[in-house]
Amino acid sequence: MAKRIDVSDLDIYYGNFKAVEGVNISIEPRSITALIGPSGCGKSTFLRSLNRMHEVIPGARVEGKVVIDGQDLYGAGVDPVDVRRQIGMVFQRPNPFPTMSIYDNVVAGVRLNSTKMKKSAMDDLVERSLKGANLWNEVKDRLNRPGSGLSGGQQQRLCIARAIAVEPEVLLMDEPCSALDPISTLAIEDLMTELKERFTIVIVTHNMQQAARVSTSTGFFNLNGVGQPGRLIEFNPTEKIFSNPEEKATEDYISGRFG
Amino acid sequence: MSTQTPLAPVGATSLGNSGPVREQRRLPRFAPLGLFLAGVAVGALLSALTGFSVALTVIYGVVLGSLFVYLVSRAVEGRRKAADRLVTSLVTTAFAIAMVPLVSLVYTVLDNGLPRLDGAFFTNSMYRVVGEGGGAYHAILGTVIITALATIISVPIGLLTAIYLTEYGTGRLKKAITFFVDVMTGIPSIVAGLFSYALFTLIFGVSVRMGVMGAVALSVLMIPVVVRSCEEVLKLVPNELREAAYALGVPKWRTVVKVVLRTAIAGLGTGITLSVARVIGETAPLLITVGLITGTNLNPFDGRMATLPVFAYYQLTQPGTATQAFLDRAWTAALVLIILVMALNVVARLITRFFAPKTGR
Repeated sequence: MAKRIDVSDLDIYYGNFKAVEGVNISIEPRSITALIGPSGCGKSTFLRSLNRMHEVIPGARVEGKVVIDGQDLYGAGVDPVDVRRQIGMVFQRPNPFPTMSIYDNVVAGVRLNSTKMKKSAMDDLVERSLKGANLWNEVKDRLNRPGSGLSGGQQQRLCIARAIAVEPEVLLMDEPCSALDPISTLAIEDLMTELKERFTIVIVTHNMQQAARVSTSTGFFNLNGVGQPGRLIEFNPTEKIFSNPEEKATEDYISGRFG
Repeated sequence: MSTQTPLAPVGATSLGNSGPVREQRRLPRFAPLGLFLAGVAVGALLSALTGFSVALTVIYGVVLGSLFVYLVSRAVEGRRKAADRLVTSLVTTAFAIAMVPLVSLVYTVLDNGLPRLDGAFFTNSMYRVVGEGGGAYHAILGTVIITALATIISVPIGLLTAIYLTEYGTGRLKKAITFFVDVMTGIPSIVAGLFSYALFTLIFGVSVRMGVMGAVALSVLMIPVVVRSCEEVLKLVPNELREAAYALGVPKWRTVVKVVLRTAIAGLGTGITLSVARVIGETAPLLITVGLITGTNLNPFDGRMATLPVFAYYQLTQPGTATQAFLDRAWTAALVLIILVMALNVVARLITRFFAPKTGR
């Protein structure tokens, strides 16, 4: 299931503004890669370019290559919808569909695509996905209640369940814990460690302890100044980044001497 | 306002200006109202001296009442509170003035319309009725049919335009559509009627009369309202939901149909219902295009039809020998129209309640 992502010379634009410049990165399958860096340095923009969510914004475009198992995501004739089916995403703010029950939210990816599925298979999928997101025990008795009635942390795990229900190869997470309390954060971090066995995970986080706790590799993004494009400064195994970074800027950021 | 004073515990606050929380003298609860009414009374007296008139009484009364409240409050409570009271009395007055025509209208229509609001009014047409009796059976059905047709024409066009504007449109075309929709909102209803009349005359020749002509005229008025209300509602759907659907690999059109429209359905239903209410009482375009008959014609594609507003208009302007009977029917037709509009509003509320996303735990 999990796949390797190779990014080469990726420039990302919003209209004429170059937001991210010259990213080269290799993301290993079955690993968690954390992206850290100050606000506005292009981490989220880069993450969104990995499943072509970036181009949803009017005027946004990308130059360069993103290759997943030999296939260029931005190649001619590649349908962004197919890309997104393979590469799921969890957002900063939990966004369950407000009109749907917990059950319907989990199978939303299947239902919205009108894939035919038997009721029993769907039940299995819901149970499997909710168990995968560590939410099953909390919601198994109220699957038909609205998803928006859950707590923030539960909603976020519901969104993770929804994302893994379509069985993607890669899971992108854009600051998935920034709106959550420490206990919910811990639950999601534990979950990520479990999901690592099956998916390639890329997570953007502002929480450096989180990056240090869960990730196998870490990339540090930075920008030289306001209006300048963000760059990937350093990409190394997490241990190395946090103990003995190669770049001075990384060390400054990690040790809090930034800016 | 002293901002430098450090916060002291509330209990330690003494009277006077020493503490951060000053004890304030306040007017008794109903004093402002009493003062205002006293002002109105003096105003009435003043206007009586110069030859009584209602308008003068209101003007003098409001000015003097507000002044009394302000001055007394300023003397007792201080400047800020006085300004607060002054604005409160002005705002309340404005509200009261706005309510006057509404209440008066409802009262007058009820008063004049109730006598004929009987079974016969809903079961009889005006066929071969020249005096008393008769009813608006044909006109009620005509209004329902023509408005329903207008809705059938307007809702798909309006809703799809709104979807285009919020989900797909970019650049010049979007701006142009928005501009023309705004212009269409301001089209006088008689112009819409003339447009439809001219259109059908071109196709079917002079002196053609059909119910569907009225429906077309009404939809010219209705489409911009539908577009506007649906667009506002669709804009309210959080972008995160669209992104959530995209991230699941859902194509855009499915996202629009199954997520955006589904989330906004309560607002859409309300908007459409209110836009129906907006056109159901239009008279001028129907007068030109549909005309009026005394009998019942339920076929909107053949000949004149009766509608409530036109019915009321003719009952009022061309009463027969039994003038009072005609006037009564006009009032009752107006009352039925108001009841229809109110019913539509209630339906809109119910739609909002039943289709709104549920948040219960």
